[in-house]
Amino acid sequence: MRYEELGKIRPRLRGEEEVRRLAHMAERVRYDIIDTLGVIGSGHPGPSLSIVETLVALYFNEMTVFPTTPKHPERDRFILSKGHGAVGLYAVLSLAGFFPRDELFTFECLGSRLQGHPDARLTPGVEVSTGSLGQGLSFAIGTAMAARLGGKGFRNYCLLGDGETQEGNVWEAAMAASKFRLDNLVAIVDWNGLQGGVTLDVMPSMEPYGAKWEAFGWHVLDVPGHDIAALLDALDEARSTAGKPTVIVARTIKGYGVSYMENQVGWHSGTVEGENLLTAKREIQNRLDSFGQGGAA
Amino acid sequence: MSSLREALGQTLRDLGAENPRIVVVNADLRNSVKSNYFVDAYPERTIDVGIAEQNMMGVAAGLASAGFIPFALTFARFASKRAADQISMCVDYSFNNVKIIGAYAGIFTGRQGVSQQTLEDTATMRAMPNMTVIDTADVVEIKHVLRFAASYEGPVYVRIGRDEWPVVFGDDYRFELGKGQWLRRGGDVAILNSGLMLSHALDAADTLAAEGIEASVVNMPTVKPIDAALIAEIAANVGAIVTVENHSILGGFGGAVAEVVVETHPVPMERVGVLDEYSESAPNADLAERHKLTAPFIADAARRVVKRKPRVIRPVGIRHA
Repeated sequence: MRYEELGKIRPRLRGEEEVRRLAHMAERVRYDIIDTLGVIGSGHPGPSLSIVETLVALYFNEMTVFPTTPKHPERDRFILSKGHGAVGLYAVLSLAGFFPRDELFTFECLGSRLQGHPDARLTPGVEVSTGSLGQGLSFAIGTAMAARLGGKGFRNYCLLGDGETQEGNVWEAAMAASKFRLDNLVAIVDWNGLQGGVTLDVMPSMEPYGAKWEAFGWHVLDVPGHDIAALLDALDEARSTAGKPTVIVARTIKGYGVSYMENQVGWHSGTVEGENLLTAKREIQNRLDSFGQGGAA
Repeated sequence: MSSLREALGQTLRDLGAENPRIVVVNADLRNSVKSNYFVDAYPERTIDVGIAEQNMMGVAAGLASAGFIPFALTFARFASKRAADQISMCVDYSFNNVKIIGAYAGIFTGRQGVSQQTLEDTATMRAMPNMTVIDTADVVEIKHVLRFAASYEGPVYVRIGRDEWPVVFGDDYRFELGKGQWLRRGGDVAILNSGLMLSHALDAADTLAAEGIEASVVNMPTVKPIDAALIAEIAANVGAIVTVENHSILGGFGGAVAEVVVETHPVPMERVGVLDEYSESAPNADLAERHKLTAPFIADAARRVVKRKPRVIRPVGIRHA
């Protein structure tokens, strides 16, 4: 975890032990996602499960965050542009200490700080309200420009959905970020190949995908999105890339970690209940047990 | 006469000198909205995203979230329509301290026609829960309103015109958020103005006075939060209201006043503004005539509402034989 612990910021560790620690965190996050969705009976399981490793690599290794003072001016910024992955973000934020785990079970309930899509005014650790797709990268450009103007060293991360990049606003932002040479900005695309209702290939083609970002002036990395070591390497490379922003195309599986949800368009949103809920929890619990400590909470 | 957009550009540059947290976010139109003065003085505090208003609003919101005071300048049409959702999500709902300048607001845009005019921006912006919406009548008001916007913490939308325009206000002008300004007092009818038709509203009051109709003229730059207490007081005490605006009569300043009037003290009322139709390319004076926004039409509306005032108020329960 790279945030303040007794006033000290931990170094970004590398190596097998760290990857194993993060992989364990990822399964804890997965369990909390399913637990929350099971209790609430609503939400977006598929697009939350596909981003777990990315979120864990960012929040528990890469980023400098301050869970007890979420608005700390030196914090790294994370923007979940694909706001429908909200429950994944909430699970990570609670595990990092931004709010208690129990609060997860207020998700999407009247009066809750945890809205169906992220709300910057309600949820500690949420930078901007998202969910109307295509807008987060513009906001991240703003915070990245602010870091430069203010002489601050914080970095800026924006996680987008693959289908989300069909929005024109994303490419307005892509053009601007490279023009401004924002090497303190990293976009991560959760390329799981499915969107709300269908597979991506049904829609107007975005291929050649990486080449598009490259043509827009970005440093492009293409990584297996559930491979934590590969994600950490990519984040290292982004940090050492000067003069231009980096986009990491993370090749993921929608619904990853719950066998019957994987690659199924139908699990973009939906109710996890009954036998499905038990199966999902059992699969994740088995993996948690393999880390030798058991216990989800 | 004094140029509205020059006042915008020069005031922005002056504010930039006073406050290093002020930044300008342009979407190409620096020469049209006259942010070029700021650009020349503070290039390091200028961000031009190109012709990309949606991106502009997100970038401005990000800057605001990190402590800067961004002025995002574009034509009112592009701000309120093309980037409406970005404003809603990133600026208004997220409550970021962005100042959105809707230049070329209304129909007076230098003969450029419908695509550069805006008739519905006030309606759109005032329906956003956190937004403060202010229209401006002349160069003096522009200076004061921009200064206020820079000092206020929260999303603000300011409507500003383009061309040479009559100067109404003097050095004694004071802007107070959400407060109307009495310019003339008369008990027969009240003309409430927001924005560029103010000199016509005052001329109409002169015309009416010559006929023995005493008109109040109240300038109300703040459309949101509307000065509901003042409107209710005017409705109760004057009993007839005409609103005047450089905007569609649907959902704008007139609509905001009507909402207050019907819920507090219903009285005869008319809205002078652009009817539910598109405008066209023409010199400003011709457009003002075509859309019946000038003093004679305001005076006509005033005469009509005065006629509709109840002559005799009969106490309830008393019947005359």
